[in-house]
Amino acid sequence: MAVTGAILVLYLVAHMLGNLKIFLGAGAFNAYAEWLRTVGEPAVPGRTVLTLTEIVLTVAVVLHIWSAVALARRAGKARPVKYAARPKAHASRYATHIMRYGGLTIALFVVWHLLDLTFGVVNPAGGAAAPYDRVVESFDLSRWYVTLFYFVAVIMVGLHLRHGIWSAFQTLGMTTHRTRGRIRVASALLSAVLVLGFLSVPVAVMIGVVK
Amino acid sequence: MKITLKVWRQKGPSDKGRLVSYVVDDVSPDMSFLEMLDVLNERLILTGDDPVAFDHDCREGICGMCSMVIDGTPHGPQRATTTCQLHMRHYKDGDTITIEPWRAAPFPVVKDLVVDRSAFDRIIQAGGFISVPAGSAPDAHSMPVAKNDADDAFDAATCIGCGACVAACPNGSAALFTGAKITHLGLLPQGQPERMARAKAMVEQMDAEGFGGCTNTGECVAVCPKGISLDVIGRMNADFLKSSK
Ligand code: HEM
Ligand code: FES
Repeated sequence: MAVTGAILVLYLVAHMLGNLKIFLGAGAFNAYAEWLRTVGEPAVPGRTVLTLTEIVLTVAVVLHIWSAVALARRAGKARPVKYAARPKAHASRYATHIMRYGGLTIALFVVWHLLDLTFGVVNPAGGAAAPYDRVVESFDLSRWYVTLFYFVAVIMVGLHLRHGIWSAFQTLGMTTHRTRGRIRVASALLSAVLVLGFLSVPVAVMIGVVK
Repeated sequence: MKITLKVWRQKGPSDKGRLVSYVVDDVSPDMSFLEMLDVLNERLILTGDDPVAFDHDCREGICGMCSMVIDGTPHGPQRATTTCQLHMRHYKDGDTITIEPWRAAPFPVVKDLVVDRSAFDRIIQAGGFISVPAGSAPDAHSMPVAKNDADDAFDAATCIGCGACVAACPNGSAALFTGAKITHLGLLPQGQPERMARAKAMVEQMDAEGFGGCTNTGECVAVCPKGISLDVIGRMNADFLKSSK
């Protein structure tokens, strides 16, 4: 859970930084997308780095979900008889209690996201269009419901990571009496930065800064 | 005060069990929660009924016996308080209170609200001790311990092994209990020789008992009558991972 989660977090940071290139204009963004495909050439064939990333991510996502299911099943076995009184959340950490639903939302989102911007299947501009145009078309005001879904999903990712990042540190035994508080603050900050970074692109398209 | 209780009644381990309602009149706000149950039991005995079985011993918040889930919260609504130290002044006339046993497969119900917590004993037996002749208490200055370590070890050592952490955990995990014991001994000089073997053996026993996996929800800490901190789980994980290398 923690190791695969950490891989996904590192990927998200890189992905967000890459997305921000859209603010440098269509040329820079499309060139960056092209670079992702050609990086390493001619030492390695085109798409090597990209394909490796895709493989690592797929394996990480599958193992992450597999661990989540295993944890949930162990939890079910450990408490065969449920409480009759309303089970309360005592620690009042809602982010903690939506990890599984959040994960599910993110999984659905990833599927849509790939169909939209990677394969262009559900993108108005189509898969053949330049990456920049696919982004602009995807967040067109007429498709407000798609943008809304992006917002919900990205915020879910943020909540997932608000708990997930520090939880991963704790799982890996990297917290102590004196660092845990700081790690939790840092984990909330990084989650917030990721949410803002990812949401800045659709917002920019909607208000016409990116067009 | 008049209080309506919905109490889990279960004749024995194989009985299915059910919630039964009782009305207790004349509850004084000065009574402890257990005294209120004593009043109910005296009445049940007088009318020839079976009294409600519940665990208790010291009634002063140090033994960890008084296990019950009150309205969905282990040890009831008062933070950092055992059931025996909870008083009826926190309730008002006409309240309805649901009382259930700890719910976890490794803690099977013996009768009514009494569960068998031997699983905790077996975790301790797996490594929660130091194998040196302890003798009488040594002079305080004969073996220096850093102040931070002494404080943290002492905080962890306040765990009374009641099992509320397991009862509250949505995963049914015993990580807070096991972590407290591992931290307590692992921070002191006497605990060093067996430190890694201890962490490994205790964590493995914890898993073998059928407790769930910890996802750091913090529910355990919120209900712990001794306020044990989540830090002990980080320390347990650190020692366990080191021991498995
Ligand atoms: C694909 C769907 C996903 C599902 C079903 C899912 C589910 C879960 C669940 C159930 C947990 C354990 C809950 C807990 O520790 O309290 C978890 C933890 C975590 N997740 Fe996810 N998640 C998903 C996607 C992601 C993504 C995309 C990332 C990162 C960008 C991520 C990062 C993490 C991290 C860092 C943890 C903490 C690991 C630990 O405590 O050891 N997850 N996830
Ligand atoms: S009876 Fe000893 S702690 Fe409550």
